[in-house]
This record gives sequence, structure tokens and C-alpha cells, in this order.
Amino acid sequence: MSGIPARTPVVNDLVVKFANVNGTGSASANNLFAKALFRMGLSVSPKNIFPSNIQGLPTWYEVRVNDQGYLARREGVDIMVSVNPQSMAKDVREVKPGGYFIYDNSKPLDLRLMRDDIDFIGLPLTRICLEEYKDARQRQLFKNVIYVGAMAALINMDFSVLTDLIADQFKGKEKLIAPNVHALELGFQYAKRNFTCPLHVTVESRPMGDYILVEGNDACGLGAVYGGATMAGWYPITPSTSVVEAFEKYCKRMRIDPGTGKKNFAIVQAEDELAAMGMVIGANWNGARAFTATSGPGISLMSEFLGLAYFAEIPAVLIDVQRAGPSTGMPTRTQQSDVLACAYASHGDTKHVLVFPSTPKECFDMTAQSFDLAEQLQTPIIMLTDLDLGMNDNMSEPFEWDENRTYQRGKVFNAEQLESMSERFGRYLDVDGDGIPYRTYPGTHPTKGAFFTRGTSRDEYAVYTEDGEEYVANMERLLKKFETAKSYVPAPVITRANAKANAPVGILHFGTSMHATLEAVDLLAGEGIAADTCRIRAFPFADEIVDFINSHEQVFVVEQNRDAQMRTLLVNECDLDPRRLNKVLNYNGMPITARFVADAVSAVVNKSSGSQRKKAAAAKA
Amino acid sequence: MTYLRPEFRHPQLPVNELGYSRKDYEGALSTLCAGCGHDSISAAVVQSMFEMSIEPHRVAKLSGIGCSSKTPTYFLGKSHGFNSVHGRMPSVVTGANMANRDLIYLGVSGDGDTASIGMGQFAHAVRRNLNMVYIVMNNGCYGLTKGQDSATADVGSCSKKGEPNKFEAIDLAGVALELGATFVARSFSGDKDQLVPLIKAAVSHRGFAFIDVISPCVTFNNNPGSTKGYEFVRDHLEATGTVDFVPMREEITACYPNQTSEEVTLHDGSVVHLCKMDDKLNVRSRNSAVERMKNYKDRGRILTGLLYMDPDSQDLHDSIDSSKKPLRQLGEKELCPGVAVLQNINDSLR
Repeated sequence: MSGIPARTPVVNDLVVKFANVNGTGSASANNLFAKALFRMGLSVSPKNIFPSNIQGLPTWYEVRVNDQGYLARREGVDIMVSVNPQSMAKDVREVKPGGYFIYDNSKPLDLRLMRDDIDFIGLPLTRICLEEYKDARQRQLFKNVIYVGAMAALINMDFSVLTDLIADQFKGKEKLIAPNVHALELGFQYAKRNFTCPLHVTVESRPMGDYILVEGNDACGLGAVYGGATMAGWYPITPSTSVVEAFEKYCKRMRIDPGTGKKNFAIVQAEDELAAMGMVIGANWNGARAFTATSGPGISLMSEFLGLAYFAEIPAVLIDVQRAGPSTGMPTRTQQSDVLACAYASHGDTKHVLVFPSTPKECFDMTAQSFDLAEQLQTPIIMLTDLDLGMNDNMSEPFEWDENRTYQRGKVFNAEQLESMSERFGRYLDVDGDGIPYRTYPGTHPTKGAFFTRGTSRDEYAVYTEDGEEYVANMERLLKKFETAKSYVPAPVITRANAKANAPVGILHFGTSMHATLEAVDLLAGEGIAADTCRIRAFPFADEIVDFINSHEQVFVVEQNRDAQMRTLLVNECDLDPRRLNKVLNYNGMPITARFVADAVSAVVNKSSGSQRKKAAAAKA
Repeated sequence: MTYLRPEFRHPQLPVNELGYSRKDYEGALSTLCAGCGHDSISAAVVQSMFEMSIEPHRVAKLSGIGCSSKTPTYFLGKSHGFNSVHGRMPSVVTGANMANRDLIYLGVSGDGDTASIGMGQFAHAVRRNLNMVYIVMNNGCYGLTKGQDSATADVGSCSKKGEPNKFEAIDLAGVALELGATFVARSFSGDKDQLVPLIKAAVSHRGFAFIDVISPCVTFNNNPGSTKGYEFVRDHLEATGTVDFVPMREEITACYPNQTSEEVTLHDGSVVHLCKMDDKLNVRSRNSAVERMKNYKDRGRILTGLLYMDPDSQDLHDSIDSSKKPLRQLGEKELCPGVAVLQNINDSLR
């Protein structure tokens, strides 16, 4: 007797997961699948779940599809496409009851894997490829395209969207279009002939909104081009490598001098992250906009230079694409666990300006803006993104740029200004009372404006001193500058359940916890819990963030790390009572889900309302 | 403090082509120990820049941490300086040089700063042929932390504490040659006649110009048994020859009879003229330099002077084909692709 639960048709709400072998060309076929759904006007959030390995290990690609705009991950796999015998046992277990397990039945299935609450759909991928193709590489590559074709029949995808995509993908290599379309059709026709198509889960086109589908790292690289970066010093590290690769890709297209053919940019692959940061600081000191991208282990190494840049007041832009864990940790999994390491990177009293993008558009905007901020504030700006945002295709609003925008280069004296100055130039003088001094670039003026940049303590004229009072005055000015930074950095984004009054529950979140949090608000509303949200987009914290915390009865901080690092930073910097802030922590390396957030919040809310009821009952008695 | 310098200067101090006197190339008073070799090197830098008529603000002087790295304060007071972090000067110069290729980059480091904590950055700046002058003030010991052996201390050499060094020395000139440095020289802080033309040639060289200057530490490493003390070095020096640096368009007048001479024309048209004492050395051959250095070392001698140069070398900017105009001078017009391009990019992502 079948144990399959009763199925009712489901339209535009499913999770499909592909289980592949690393290095077999599955990525482009899986991308094709996700992008076709995107072009059908649906919300897609593909997640690449890959090993720290080049070839041969299991890798997964999970696509959630819906038409409600939800972009967080969702638990529960409706359809598993299994092309990897290595992980099959685990993959079968992951399918939710009533779901489907699609596998290559060229070889018989291990009967021990059978479940009676799901359907097994056998596609003879290997056999079809053996019959159709002679070349071993083609046999492997087209296997991937065939299962996409079969999926199109099984969930009722718009087949022409797929063929259009293939045509776009192989523009300039037209020879490849026909064989790819043929492979799609092989799968499509096989499924049509052999199964009842479509299944109970299907997709249906919707009008396409104004969105793009792009990796956050690509957006960062593009933002650096638009933001005027001319120099990148970097050291390869997953998951940040593609930031500088994207910068290079766009520079090669848009930064070659039309007259001379020379490059209006310089990219230097450093020997390590220490040197990468040193290069960025050297270039910024000398008046160019320079940046680097790294991940947690790189942050540890760059801390020394970050302290120098903070203390000597040198602009720098650092993009930290966070990955999971201390030490090497889980290099190909996601987390938000560098918050404290970045906020307080380096010894002594040090703190840094942080910005937290949530979408590719914000990756673009905030990268470009970081170059302004770094020069305006004369300090490192660290942008904390993560693997989930950086290395997965994320749906996003399109990129925008104001044609009239000019770069904000901050307080820099040029030769004319120095020439007309009668007083002595003081590099660290707080002329304007905002804590931000004036600087000069090397080589500006023959006799005026030179100074000595140093990591040692110095007076307002950059002359070495060990005078305690001078030191304190300088450190206090740096604090004042940090306070000034509040008015420069991106403001928090607050959503309210009811425009007129505060909801009892307030949820703070940042970065890639946004999608799950906003969806969780809908789930909570369904349970009768109204919640407002506050998305933190920068440190130092704006006053609105503290107001938000103070104006909500129950406050939660959603983050993807073990130690509630954002909560700690809030408590520490805003002098808050830690008991006011409930932790919602997901740190298993997989992107956080709305269900997880909603359950964590409702558990606390229900417990406290339960105890209130008990108290009230006790009072009555 | 080394000496007290009077503020008053003779109004008719000689001036160079630009009208600057030597005073315009000096820095603050040195706070190093009296007799420190490093101060002589600072003086040689001042003399070189003055005589070459380089505008002081066209030089950027950078250093790491240590006694040697303090010296940029003591020369070129009208130049921007950067006293960075220990062993990391090369990366800071790399970035600075990428930002503005038109300045002269003078990096100053020590044996601890380069041969220990900064070995990695040094090696990579060399192999990228970064256009800079890299001077190591090499005294074989750590001064600021009071006399520990450094990685360039010779085996058996005794510091003031008396304990012979047990570990093999790193010969930075040899390392630089091995890694592909395109200008390698060694000198002695007490030999200004040799050091000044070497610094001038290094400034004119396009690419990584390395000068290892043995510079005795009078406080911690100038005792009997030390191989980096004044007495020992003076007794064991042998020069590759007499080096003359002849600026562009000036006639070569130096002439030493009965010696082999070699001339190398640099990319800016200036000429390095070497009257050789060792006629087996061919300064255009890396192998020759390595062989001669080993030959002298085996005999317990220290070979100083110009060891190797490749006047046709390609620097990092050449290798990566970056803009001739300094990157830092580019503005929105050159850097920002604009709205229409962004629209196309958006379209390609749909």
C-alpha cells in the first residue's frame, strides 16, 4: 500500500534540488533551470551547496520557486533530481512526504533506499546519452541538459523560455545551440512519453517584474568599477575570489583607455592577505581608490593593517564575503560570523565602520558608496556580505546610477589651497569640529603639506610624540569622527506591521537574514503575532536603531552565527540591557529560513504570553 | 642623539640646478645612537637627492618598523613619509606605486624588517620588479629591543652579549639576485663615496633596485667577534670597483687607468660607469654576480659595490600594462562607465 499522502495541485510553490558530482558541468544546466523560472516571472532563489573541492565530491543546487516574492531558502524538497549515486541515500531521505525522487535508472536502484511515501521517477540518463552521443565529454555534459528537459515536462515549464535561454547563452557559438536544444527535447519527450505530466507541483508564468538575477560578488565588482576604484590588491579565498574576478571582467570591458589601449586600473594578486591590505592602504594613501575582498581567515591577517589605517586615518575599502566557522571552518558554507572580528579588528582601542548589504543591488550601491565613505571619513570601510549573497544568483532590483553623481573625495588640500595657506598644515587638526582632519596626497606641493604617516602616536602635526594628553586628545577625536560617521552611513530600514502604532514584537536583522526575516513576519502574522522589523545597514549604529529597540516590548536579533555577535555589538555600543535582546541564531552553514525565524520568535512570544496568562490567572485566584 | 644641528645656515650655501640647497633635503634631527651607521646612510640619501636635483616632494619615503625604519624622519623633510608596520613596507609601496607611477619610491628597511618578519613581502616586491629603491640598513641585530641576533647575523658572529650566532645567515643581496631583482648592490655605511653613486643609479633604474648597506650598530653589535662592526667590515671589504653615476647628457669623465671599465646606460639616459677592481665580474650577468659573491664569501671577504643590473627591465606597470597617466589622476570621466552601460548590464542579467 502506498504511503503517499493525498496530493492537491500546487502551483508556483516548490523546492527542487539537484544532486550532482562536482566538476561534471552540472552548474550551467542547473543555472539554465533557475534562470528559465526567473524569466517566467517567478521568484527564484537558487542555492549552490558545494564542497571545498575541485572534482568528484557531491554538490547540490537547490531552487526555491514561488510567486509571492519570497527569496529565502525553504526547508523540504519537493523534487530531488539525483544524478550522484554517492549521496543518494541522504538525498532520498531529504524529500518531503508526497514528493518525487528522480534518478538515473540506467542502473537498478538500491532497493534499500525505497520509501513508500514518495514517488520514484526513473530517467535513463546514461542510457540515452550512450545512444545519442559518441564523445565521453558530451555524454556527461548533455546528461545534465536532458534532466532539465525532463523537469520542464514534469512541472510544466514554458519550453520556449528554455530554448530562448540556450540561444542567448550560446550567442557567438551558434553551433552549440542545436545540440543543446536537442538534449532538452530528449528529456522533455522521454518524460512526456513515460510519465503522467505534469506532476501535482507545477509552475505557471507570471508577468515579469523589474528584476535582475546576479551574484552579489559580481555586483560588488561592478560597484567598484562605478565607484571609481583603480586599484585592487587581493589574495584568492573562497567565497570572495569572484569579487575581484568580476572587477577585472568589467574593467577589461569598460576601463581600457580608448586612446592608448592601456588599462585604467591595476590589479595585483598579493602574496597573502597582509600584503593585499598593505597595497590597498598604500594606494589610498597616495590618492587612488583601492579595495580588496576577502573572507574570515583574511580578516584575521588583515587586522594588523586595519589597525594602522584606523589610527593613521587612511581610507580603505574591504569587502568581507563571510564564510562559516573559526579557522578554516566550512569554507563553502555561509555565515554572518565576522561581525565582531571586523568591528574591532586589530589591537588597542580600534573600531571600524561596517556596512551590511542584503541584495545584489545593495552590494553594488554600498561598494560604490564605500569609496566615498572611506575618503570622507578617512578610515577603512568594511562591507560584510556572505557566501549566500556573494556566490548565489540572487534576484534583485536592477542596478541604478545617477548620471550627475560625482565622487566624494573628502577633505584633501590641493596645491592651490596649500599655496594660499599661511598657517602650518596640521594633518590631524580638527579644523571643522567633526573629528575629520584634512589630508594631502604625496607629491602635491614642493614645500607645503608634506607630513609623516605613522602608526605611532603623534601630535596634530603628525610629529611623533609619547605625550599622554596628546594621545588622549587624538583618540577622543577619533571617537568624535566615529560619531560623525553615523550621519554618513546607510540608514536602517524599518518595516511596521501597523503604520500607526508599534507592534509588540520588534525584529532586528541584517544582510542575508533579511529575506527570511521579512517572510517570517508574514508567517508570524498568520499565527496572530504582529512584528515590526529593523534592518541594520551599518555600524556605527544610527539612533533609530536604539529607538526601535526601546519602543518594542519584545526584541529579537536574527543572525547567522553562534555567539549572537550583532547582539553583543548592540549591547556594547548602545549600552543596552542584554536581557532586552532575544537571540535568533542559525549557524549550520546553510542560509537561514523563514520557518526557523518564525518558530524562534513565536516560541519566546508564546512562552511569555503563557506565563503572563498564568500570572493573570494566579492573580485572579 | 647623534649631533646638534644649528638652525642657522650660511646664506650662500651651494644650490643645485633647481635652486635648492642641501638643507632642503634634510629632515628632523636623528634620535639614533651617536655613531649609528644609519645616520651616514641618511646623509648619503640627502647628498644623492641634492646632487641629482630631484624635487623633494617628488619622492615618497616609506619604511617598516625598527631603527632603520625611523630614518625617513631624518631625511627629505619636504617629502611625504610613511612609517608603516613591521615588515610590510613593500606592500604599502606596491599600492602607492600603483596609484601614482610618477613619484620616486624610496623604501628603507632593516635586516629584521626585511630578512625576518618581512621576508615574504620583500621576496614578492622583488619578483614583481616594483619600481622602487629598497635600502636595507643591515646591522645584523635588533636594536630597539636591545641587541638580539637578526637573520643576517653570520654564523659564529658574536653580539654584545657574547653568544656566537648558531644559525645560517640570510644574504639579502643573494636572495634578491636569486629572485630576479634587476639592480643589486651592496655597500657600507662608512663608505659614502661608494654609496652615493649607488643610490643615484638605483633612483635612475626602472625596476626594483636593491642596496644592502652594512651599517654597524654601535650599541649592540660593534664589539670584537661581530662580523658587522666597523672594524671587521673595514678590514674585510673588497669593492667590485669604483662606481660613478653620470646623469643624463653629461659627459663621462671618470677615468681610471689600468682597470677594466664597464658602462651601463639607464632608461633615462644616465650612465653608470664602473671602474672594476675585479675584472671577473660582469655586472650585466646575474650568474657572474652570484659566482663572485660566493667566491669572496668563501675567502672571508665582503664584496661591495654594484653587483648586477639589467637596465632594460620591465617594471610592474609595464607588466600589467597600466595607464601611463597616474591612476590617481583619473576622474569620473575615465572611471565611471555611466548609466547607459549599466542599463545594458541590467538587460544582460534578465
